[in-house]
Order: sequence, then structure tokens, then C-alpha cells
Amino acid sequence: MIPELGHFALCLATGLALVQWLVPTAGAVTRRWRWAAVAQPAAVGQFIFVAFAFAALTYAFIVKDFSVAYVAANSNSELPLMYRISAVWGAHEGSLLLWALMLSVWTLAVSVSARRLPSDVGAIVIATMGAVSVAFLLFTILTSNPFERLIPAAADGNDLNPLLQDPGLIIHPPMLYMGYVGFSVAFSFAIAALITGRLDTAWARWTRPWTTTAWLFLTIGIALGSWWAYNELGWGGWWFWDPVENASFMPWLVGTALIHSLAVTEKRGLLKSWTVLLAISAFALSLLGTFLVRSGVLVSVHAFATDPQRGVFVLAIFTFFVAGSLLLYALRAGKFQSSAGGIALFSREGLLLLNNVFLTVAALAVLLGTLYPLFVDALGGGKLSVGPPYFNAVFVPLTIPLVVLVGLASAVSWKRGKMERVRSQLWLPGAIAASLAVVAAVVAGGQWMAVGLAVLLGVWAIATALYDPVKTVLGRSRVKLGRAAWGMSLAHIGLGIFVIGVGIVSAASIEKDVRLNIGETESLGGYDFTFMGVREAPGPNYTARIGAVEAARGGQTFAELAPEKRLYPSQQNPMTEASTHILPWRDVYVSLGEPLEDGDVRGAWSLRLYVKPFIRWIWLGSFLMALGGGIAASDKRYRLAGRKAVPALDNTAAAQ
Amino acid sequence: MNAKRLAPLAIVLALIAVFGVGLTLKPGEIPSPLIGKPAPTFELPVLGQPDQLLTLDTVTRQVSLLNVWGSWCIACRVEHPLLMQLAADNVVPIYGLNWKDEPTAAQRWLQRHGDPYVASGQDLAGNVAIDYGVYGAPETFLIDKAGIIRHKHIGPITEDALNNTLLPMIRELQAAS
Repeated sequence: MIPELGHFALCLATGLALVQWLVPTAGAVTRRWRWAAVAQPAAVGQFIFVAFAFAALTYAFIVKDFSVAYVAANSNSELPLMYRISAVWGAHEGSLLLWALMLSVWTLAVSVSARRLPSDVGAIVIATMGAVSVAFLLFTILTSNPFERLIPAAADGNDLNPLLQDPGLIIHPPMLYMGYVGFSVAFSFAIAALITGRLDTAWARWTRPWTTTAWLFLTIGIALGSWWAYNELGWGGWWFWDPVENASFMPWLVGTALIHSLAVTEKRGLLKSWTVLLAISAFALSLLGTFLVRSGVLVSVHAFATDPQRGVFVLAIFTFFVAGSLLLYALRAGKFQSSAGGIALFSREGLLLLNNVFLTVAALAVLLGTLYPLFVDALGGGKLSVGPPYFNAVFVPLTIPLVVLVGLASAVSWKRGKMERVRSQLWLPGAIAASLAVVAAVVAGGQWMAVGLAVLLGVWAIATALYDPVKTVLGRSRVKLGRAAWGMSLAHIGLGIFVIGVGIVSAASIEKDVRLNIGETESLGGYDFTFMGVREAPGPNYTARIGAVEAARGGQTFAELAPEKRLYPSQQNPMTEASTHILPWRDVYVSLGEPLEDGDVRGAWSLRLYVKPFIRWIWLGSFLMALGGGIAASDKRYRLAGRKAVPALDNTAAAQ
Repeated sequence: MNAKRLAPLAIVLALIAVFGVGLTLKPGEIPSPLIGKPAPTFELPVLGQPDQLLTLDTVTRQVSLLNVWGSWCIACRVEHPLLMQLAADNVVPIYGLNWKDEPTAAQRWLQRHGDPYVASGQDLAGNVAIDYGVYGAPETFLIDKAGIIRHKHIGPITEDALNNTLLPMIRELQAAS
């Protein structure tokens, strides 16, 4: 009964989404404000019904209702409660429902704050989000109904894919979806700007916090995915340039560009149509990611079970929203009047424009690498794949100038930069970065060039970002820094930490595949690893083989590592759980391979040993970027936006 | 409206066209060089009756399916109900190639999920699978009475693949013989 109610609620939600889309649109076009006012209650109702449907599916998982096909396919009577709940979004159907739920949450949030918007803008924004809801709810109901019954009911479920039975993967997809779906808000604001023909400072102020918030969720989502891959895949890697990873990375790159171009649009009233184009692109790339993951056009390790019918449906959604909005763009973007005066390259806006060029080209490079196999196949050229060498060769040179720009832009003011200020503000960060880089290069030895460059760039980003906060803390600053400025500094410090981590890990990681008998020791990078054997232990729904490896340095044992192989009864291939000893400047990482003597657990085993310097900095940096985004989005000037007329250029907070 | 503002739309429309073509392609489908060629011969102990042998000659007595499976293979369970249905309807004899499996686990799996196979050969070392160019389970070969491989399906058999590809081919081959 509950699953049927859930299905019914989903249908009602679709109806309300349809109302939320069409009635306010008609109202805004014909200037009937009572129609436009339907937007908010419809959004609230849609949220309630989607939330009910989601709760109904969760309930079916909790009570192990194996008469629901989706539950039977993705759960099992022995699956722990935590994973029964996360199994709700463990496969295609339920993850779509999660998508719809997140979208309705974003819509609810927008509709609550829409009172501060001019009524036509608010109505169009909520209506556009309603259109996105209609598309995804119809997609769910027509091709991917999670409430479908299985008759007769299964005696037991098939179990959740063991790869997904990990705490990191419980929150990774919701964060990613919050990011993907969040870009629909910026998209809807872009549509509103195109339809009303009004794009001013106030518009940029409304759009900024939403965009930054979506971006910060996406940042967390991607970082969690990377962290999970590092722990679970047992290859010691943190990024694989897999099509699905790229699918989340492209909207991130364009979203980052959008955050910066919105700053220019807000402060200087420039780059208007470019900003709108980026807002459309960020959401288009989110939809593209959905298409790539769910249609089966690309081979990937984490593509969903695919079905051509679904591919056609997502492509139709993509075409409707992206081609439709770009048509609107082609027709209407000419109406935006940019403020008088062009852009001087040596100015804050000029450098931000350069930042946008590099970020966009980087996103295009990733797009090309991701789709290239598809292009070649579509043109009859056969199957091929583009690997990490392409991405690293193209991507790294594009990101180096970005990090240089981050520091430079902090010292260059809007309209026209002053050379003397650049000199007086940047010599100290530059000197710090250069001297630390020299120290790092000397310590690194063989990999001195890459390590030195990473430290130079990273410390440069950190030190320049610290300039304003330090000045404020020391009481030497005349202006008070707003949250937006604090957030920006923190995010740029995060970027610096990230760059140092990526550079050093890539250049100076060492690894070794070894065969060890019990009691044997192997050395790697000054660490001694002694294999103490493997024991078997039961888990809640698996049996584990847990290795014991003593890690020592200079004769002193500092860690007992316990890498695991888990065997789930539903799956022949064992899952890997690597074991790490973490210090801020390095990880010692061991993953358990296979028993080498005819499956004899007590014999020799293959093991992988890694020493990964500074790898934690990658995730620490990402987290600080997200945190910085959160602080910036909570700046009070966004909450005041719209209540009073705001001049296009506001010099009080020069740091943004 | 000028051409510059139309450029993004033009690019996206071109992309959509490529995606449309892409949807008709199957990236997982790598053409098998064995199609139209004689099926490699084999002699394997029958699962459950290891003193008997399953050979290619048995398989080619009629138009048959040779299905590569294992109790460890999750995707095999997805297609299993369809195989059970085919067996129950007596459409075509299905032989199993039980690939790199524990015989006891394999038998338990068949007891639990049902046994659609006339017989399954135990390919413990995976040598026969290598001869057949198998690189993942499940895979299904359609072999005619002359012992020629007519079709190879990679991955779980879907309703669509069964109704639109496999069944028409099976009927055609059965009618021809």
C-alpha cells in the first residue's frame, strides 16, 4: 500500500510541477500577478509530495519490502540499516527520485526568498525550475518507476552493490546532486534575465549566493568521490579521469567561472551576456553528466545499468532545456546593455575575464577528451579511449596560469590596477613562495622541479590570499572585510593547499607491488613493512580477510595496518579496503592483494605498498574551498539585496 | 540577433546530433571475430555429473544457445528469469558454460535460482572461454546445426535483445534446418 501511495504522490507532484511551470509563466507574460503568485504554493505542494514519495521508498527499504522490484534489486535482509537507507539512491530509479527531491528542496528555498525579488523575476525563476521538475518527474514515472511491484515478491533481495557499501558513498551522491541540481537556480535566473530583458547589479546579487551554494556542494561531492576511490579501489589514486568523474568536473569548472564572472557583473555591470551563457552552460553540463551516466553512450566504471529508452528521454530533456535556452539567448542576449567603457586587461575585471577564459578552455578540453571516443565511434572510426595522459598534458598547463592569476588579481583593483600597489602588496607573498619553493625543491631531490613548482604556486595562492585578512587582523586596514571577502580568501587558501597536494602527490609518490610471506619485510622510501599474516573475520553481511602489516621507520614500529578484502556472498570479486597511516605530510598506504599459493590464506600474499606525500592536502584544500564558498554565500549584502537600490559599483568592499 | 550569439546554439545542436547517433551505438559491443566461423570444439565435465562430458557435438544437434555464466556473476541473475522462460517454453535448448566457478557453488546457485540448462560444462580453468573470446559473463552464443557461431550477445540478455534479435534469428535458423 505504501509504495502505491508513493507512486501516487509522485504523480500528484508532477501535476503540481506542471502548474508551477505553466501558470506563473502565463501570468508573467500576460502581467496577471495573481497567476504569477501561484508559483510559490505550487512549489511548496510539489515539495511535500516529492518528499512523501521519497519517504515511502525509504520506508519500503527499511521494512525490507521485497515485493518492490527496486528494493529487491538493491537491498538484502542482511544489509545493515544505514545501507538500507542509502540504498534508496543506490541505483538509477532511486537516485532519480533523490534528484527530484533535491530539486524540490532548492525550489522551496528559492520560493521562500522570492519575496525579495520583483514579482515577474520570481515567477519566471520558480516556473523554470517547475519545468525542470516536470521533466525529471516524468522521466522517473515513465521510464524508471522505483515503486514498481515484483510479483511474486522475492524471498530475499539481491543486495546493494558492495562498492556502494561505504560511508563515503552514503553522502557522495546527495552532495553531487545538490550541486548539479543547484545550478538549475542560476539557470532559472538566467532565463528570467533573458525573458525580462533586465540584467543588473541586483540580478547578479540574487544569483551569486545560489550559485556559490550549488558550487560548494559540488565541490564537496567531487572531493568525497575522490576520497572514496582512494580508500576503496586500492590503487592509491585519487582521480582517474573517468567519464563519470569528468561529468561532475565540467560543471564544477564552468560553475567556478560563473562565480567569478558574476562578481564582474555585480561590481562593474560588465560581461552580462557571457555570465548568462555560463549560467546556462553550468546547468547544461549537469544535464550532460546525467545523460552520459544514464544512457550508456560511454563506457565507465560507474555508469548505471543502462537502457536505450532512458537515453532517448534524457537526450530529449537535454535538447529541450539547452537548445531552448540557447535559442532564447540568441534572440534576447543582445538586449543587455553593459556599462559604459570597455575592460582594461590590467584591472580586476580584466584578470577575472582571463580566469574565465582559462576555466572555460579547461572545461572544453575535458569535454573533448570525454566525448572524443563517442565522436570517433559516431563517425564510424571504431572504439577507442582517451586516457589520463591526454588530460594531464592538456589540463595541467591550463591550470598553472589560473593559480598565478589568483594571486595577481588580489592586488589589482577594479577599473584600473596600479603597478605600485601590485608591487607593494605582492613582493612579500612572492618572496615567501619563492623561498619555500627553493626549500621544497632541495628536500625533494630527484623530483625537485615539479615539487618546487607546486610549492611556488600553492604558497603564492595562500600568501596572497592571506594579505587582506592579515592586514585586517593586525588592525592596519581601513575597510572592514565582509564575509564575502573572508570566504574568498579562505577558498583561495584552499586552492593553494590543493595545488601543493596535487603537485607533490603526482611527482613524489612511490609504490611497490610485493609478494610477502609471513614475517617477511619489505622497504619502501625509508619505511619497513612487515607482513604478519591474514586472519578471517565475519562482518554483518560479508566475510573479511584482514591482513596485518607492521609499518616501521628506523626500527621503530609506528603503525599496525589492517588492509582488508571483503567477500560479499552476492559477488565473487572481493572488495578492497585499503589501510592508511595518516600524518599531515604523508600517508602510508597498504592494500591487500591476493593469496599467491593456490588460495592458501596462510601462505604468501601480494600486497601493494604506497607512500603518498601530502595527499591529505588535496581533500583539505577542497574542503576549505567549499567552506569559503559557504562563508561567502552567507554575506549579509546578499540578504539585503533587492531591498534597496544598489549602485553598480560599490567601492566599500574592494576585496571582492 | 547576430551570428556570434547563435554559435552556442549551433555547437549544442551538433553535439545533440552526435549524441543521437551515439545512442544507436553500443559502446560495450565489441564485434566478435568468431561470428560466421565454426565454434571452437570442447570437451567439458558436466556440472553435477562430472563423469559425463559435454561436447560441441551435443550442442550442435539442434540450433542452440551457449550461455557463459557463473554463480559469482551478478549480471547473470539479471538475465536468468529470461533464460528460465526460454527453457520453460521449449524455444531453444540452452547449454551453459560454467566459467571459473566452484562446482558446489554453481549447483547451489542453480538450485536457488532454477536451472534452465540442458547441461552445463565446467570450465574450471577458463580455457574454453578463452577459445570463445569471452571477456565477461554473461555472454551468449547462438550456434547453428552446422556448428557455426551465428550471433554473440554480450552482457545480460534483455527483453529487447531477445525479442528483436535472438528470437528472430533462432526461428530463421530453425526453419532453415
